[in-house]
Amino acid sequence: MLKIKNLNFERDNKKILNNINLDIEDNKFIVITGPNGSGKSTLAKIIMGIEKQDSGEILFENKEITNLSINERAESGISFAFQQPVKFKGITVYDMLKLATFKNISKDEACNILSKVGLCALEYIDREINSSLSGGELKRIEIATVISRGTRLSIFDEPEAGIDLWSFNTLIEEFKKLRKEIKGTIIIISHQERILEIADEVILLKDGKIDKIGKKEDIVRCIFENNCTLKVGDKNE
Amino acid sequence: MNNTDLKLLKEIAGINGKINGAYNIRRNGKGIERHVTDNINIVTKKDKPGIDIHVKENTQNETVYIPVIITNGGIDDTVYNDFYIGKNAKVTIIAGCGIHNSTNQNSRHEGIHTFYLEEGSQTKYVEKHYGTGEGTGDKVLNPITKIYSKKGSNMEIETVQIKGVDSSIRETKAVLEEQTTLSVSEKIMTHGKQYAKTIFDVELNGTNARTHVVSRAVAVEDSVQEFESRVEGNNLGYGHVECDAIIKDNGRVTAIPAIIANNVEANLIHEATIGKIAGEQLLKLMTLGLNEKKAEEQIISGFLK
Repeated sequence: MLKIKNLNFERDNKKILNNINLDIEDNKFIVITGPNGSGKSTLAKIIMGIEKQDSGEILFENKEITNLSINERAESGISFAFQQPVKFKGITVYDMLKLATFKNISKDEACNILSKVGLCALEYIDREINSSLSGGELKRIEIATVISRGTRLSIFDEPEAGIDLWSFNTLIEEFKKLRKEIKGTIIIISHQERILEIADEVILLKDGKIDKIGKKEDIVRCIFENNCTLKVGDKNE
Repeated sequence: MNNTDLKLLKEIAGINGKINGAYNIRRNGKGIERHVTDNINIVTKKDKPGIDIHVKENTQNETVYIPVIITNGGIDDTVYNDFYIGKNAKVTIIAGCGIHNSTNQNSRHEGIHTFYLEEGSQTKYVEKHYGTGEGTGDKVLNPITKIYSKKGSNMEIETVQIKGVDSSIRETKAVLEEQTTLSVSEKIMTHGKQYAKTIFDVELNGTNARTHVVSRAVAVEDSVQEFESRVEGNNLGYGHVECDAIIKDNGRVTAIPAIIANNVEANLIHEATIGKIAGEQLLKLMTLGLNEKKAEEQIISGFLK
């Protein structure tokens, strides 16, 4: 459903992404992992159109989206949860969910969406998306905006970043549930072993290149136990 | 009243058909309709243009409407309205001024409102300013609000000026006594070559007097806004002034804060932020499928909500 061909991205004479080729199948739960600075978030942002590649092609559901704007990609069925949820003045959680769904949804419908990310909805629905909410709350609301769109491809950029351990534990549970609820493919950028554990497939990025692609058990063993039997770019080649 | 009158009344005071409560409607410098209730009396001033509004003590949850509309060009109207809010009364006052100017002459309204809040009273004051009309004459509004509050009273002010006012200087002065609260929420949007200035001057005189002022401003095209506030803490008390402004195109905003603590127990805060729409806010809404223009509209309408 998502094909990336010969993707390159360079800034300040540094190759952030170096000839990335990927073929992501439908209905998969994919985790992209790798050390800091390996290019994970850049890759996610390029798929959404937030960053613009220097060269390469992106095909989504057999249509080229390389030159589409962010909102055109959103309309074509891609969603993106920001690593740092964006705060607003005056825009409430309910407003945001109406914008995300493009419908004048009722408060009950909005509450149902919020309950999917473990928020007791009535407490939150009329609150502004600002600093009065904790990092964990903002993160879950961010994730709710993605879930509510129900798109074919949902990308989450480091959902664990900036949240406390307690919120993280509940977030993992929410992602386990999401696997069943979201129809389509989920791509999560993550460092967390526990998120890797729930993936169908893990892509390991290093220095802007795909280092390994494999089943979660193999990659986890490779990264965390230093016991690597996978070849470089195994599945990708 | 003709259609223009009714449209202005709806826009500034939400009046649509029958009015529930006391009211006084002023058009082109003259009172045209008035209604009083058992608890709220409205009396014409004898020494100068304007009215006295008397709200009886212990009045509960009543509303007074005192809209002003100007539909002729070349009107220069100054009005003095005094509000006497009785002990423990709870009242909402809907003011506001709408100008429809289709001429080439300026229209100007200056409303000088003075509030005398008795002990334990609760007043909500809503003021909306609106201008319309295709003439080249300026629509000018300069409201002055003075507040004298006695022990335990509180006042909430909401002012909105979103469209069509070419020039406005809005001045609010308050003297707060013991255990009183003044909350102000102001929303202003200017465009074209409009100019809007706000002056807040609050003296926290009594113990535990509190004020909280939130001003949100959007200045687009070539418009200019100024925000001046002065909060003086003379006793144990709390003052918080927050000025947030979004600028676009050649819009300019100046925020001049002054917080003056004359007592060691005075706790005063001023926050001011001016800047263009945050790029990340636009990006977020675009990832939901809104194009840049619609994303911008949503951010501004949320900001001024």
